[in-house]
Amino acid sequence: MDFADLIQILAATVRLSVPLIFTALAGLYAERSGIFDIGLEGKMLFSAFSAASVATVTGSPWLGLFAGILTGVLLSLLHGFASITQRGNQIISGVAINFIASGLTILLGNAWFGQGGRTPQLPNTARFTEITLPFAADIAPIPFLGPLYSGLVSGQNILVYLAFLAVPFTWWALYRTRFGLRVRAVGENPGAVDTAGISVAWLRYRALICCGILAGFAGTYLSIAQSAGFIREMSAGKGYIALAALVFAKWKPLNVLLTCLLFGFLDAASIRLQGIILPGIGEVPVQLIQALPYILTVILLAGFIGKAIPPKAGGVPYVKER
Amino acid sequence: MSVPLGTLPRWVNFGLLPLINVAVAFALSGLVVLFIGENPIEAVKYLVAGALGDGEGIAFTLYYATNFIFTGLAVAVAFHGGLFNIGGEGQVYLGGLGVAFAALTLDRYMPWYVTAVFATAAAFAFGAAWAFIPAWLQAKRGSHIVITTIMFNFIAAALMVYLLVNVIKQPGNMSPQTRLFEEGGQLPKLGWLMQVFGLDIGAAPFNVSFLIALVAALAVWLLIWRTRFGYEIRTMGTNATAAVYAGIPYVKTVVITMLISGGLSGMMALNPVMGDAGKLQIDFPAGAGFVGIAVALMGRSHPVGIIIASILFGVLYQGGAALAFDMPNISREVIILIQGLVILFAGALEHMFRPALIVLFAPKPKSVAASSAGAA
Repeated sequence: MDFADLIQILAATVRLSVPLIFTALAGLYAERSGIFDIGLEGKMLFSAFSAASVATVTGSPWLGLFAGILTGVLLSLLHGFASITQRGNQIISGVAINFIASGLTILLGNAWFGQGGRTPQLPNTARFTEITLPFAADIAPIPFLGPLYSGLVSGQNILVYLAFLAVPFTWWALYRTRFGLRVRAVGENPGAVDTAGISVAWLRYRALICCGILAGFAGTYLSIAQSAGFIREMSAGKGYIALAALVFAKWKPLNVLLTCLLFGFLDAASIRLQGIILPGIGEVPVQLIQALPYILTVILLAGFIGKAIPPKAGGVPYVKER
Repeated sequence: MSVPLGTLPRWVNFGLLPLINVAVAFALSGLVVLFIGENPIEAVKYLVAGALGDGEGIAFTLYYATNFIFTGLAVAVAFHGGLFNIGGEGQVYLGGLGVAFAALTLDRYMPWYVTAVFATAAAFAFGAAWAFIPAWLQAKRGSHIVITTIMFNFIAAALMVYLLVNVIKQPGNMSPQTRLFEEGGQLPKLGWLMQVFGLDIGAAPFNVSFLIALVAALAVWLLIWRTRFGYEIRTMGTNATAAVYAGIPYVKTVVITMLISGGLSGMMALNPVMGDAGKLQIDFPAGAGFVGIAVALMGRSHPVGIIIASILFGVLYQGGAALAFDMPNISREVIILIQGLVILFAGALEHMFRPALIVLFAPKPKSVAASSAGAA
């Protein structure tokens, strides 16, 4: 394996980790505010469908992105209505959203486009395509830095850059703004937040709206940036990997980035390691590498490597005292 | 926040309220069908005709229902203990491995009813084993069981693909599956039972595991409501702190509850593996583990409710195929949407209509105790 191969793997890592970053950050807002969100998978899937459908009809990726975000937010509000207003079980509500998304996308896609749940192949003008950063071609011949810049940093689509910007932004929003302080507080002790005269419900709804927006980005990336159209079940468990990443990252934004890159790298490596015999280890089963994110998360949850402590009030509907 | 106080009569609480919730779910599905430009009443006609129109349809419906009874019971047992076992899918998958082991070992030497006993035990054991680690982690180390069981679904899928592709696959056979079980490793079809009702089973794989499922439902009822351990499960589910205070061992109860739950999931594998395909294949659970969640919620975690809900979902699964054939504009996945809406309304939004029903049906308190309504 030479340097060019490495750059290729790293580029694949970045591409594969972007939906995880968006989705795990989406989950971060929700779970930090005390709302468990198993429905990330469904939000991502439905957003992917909306983005692809709107991009197909209008030919504009930006309108597609808007539709994806809108879908994510609406599903988040449904989750909020069930788990905040109606004080229903958050896990069950999330599971329901996953099923609704899975069924409705295929049903609508089949009825609208008649391709068995797919949306038509999008032309490049209706997608987010790769952006070549300035000087990429000029720097390319320079050893080490050149390929790194032209092959990895440059040549990604805009959503990739946004994903990497979303991480520091989330850190800032969570740790340096009043809203973030309150979100963190309401996830730990909603009673105290309520006592301070802040509406627990409205705060959690806002956190869920942030969650929906980011999930919308994730879905949009899947269908009109990474691919050229929606394919049934295209989220393929990424929402759950993102959930695992969120747990693995101990609900912290910068950890989320590192974890998602690690999981993305495992995904990229599992494709390339197929049938390759590693020295000293032998052939690593692809399935093992694919299952590694889940196995690592379980080990972490078991408390064998550090301790993952979820937000204290997570999963518990808030009931105002009277 | 103004929830009127009052208790509902039993028939409203356990009959009318769930019925309303499910009805709303179906009504919304009907609206979606209307939205895509088809006639929902027509759709229901095709669906019911496909599922219940002839003997073969009914037998297929009951075949699917068998799966859902097992997974529904599994989810329900965990619910009673206040645990959410979302890992049915993985436990079913591993249960299939147990069934295949028993069948491949015994099918050439034993009649089916001997193999079936071992296969049932193996399915239970493998499913339970797969639920053990999440259960132990929940009980001992406080890891959230929902997250761990989800993770274990994916680990199970990866493990089974690995085993089927690299270990179990027959040499010379391209597809990753076991050899076909001999007659001693297959559960007989229930054609005779259908004939009692004057129906023809046709090509439907309706088999003995349906009867095993009914026995399992009875056993769960006995366990939950007629044994000391069942009482402990329910106590823990109602209030874990009180249960510990009352001397109920938390770790043991959590682990055994989950073992039973996982075992019931594992037993589902009998139906598709030994009763239908006669071999172990990739992806045979096909989402049945998740349907169990909908079934348990709809059946209010009671075995009788679960059987009824399972048959309803059997109708959906069998009828959905017929529907997609007759009305190509409506794809088969409409049943997944219905499933999602049932989970939403019978589960997460189960209390949405309660205030209205309390106003209508609750016995009026004599004093003006309801003055707190409208506060907050």
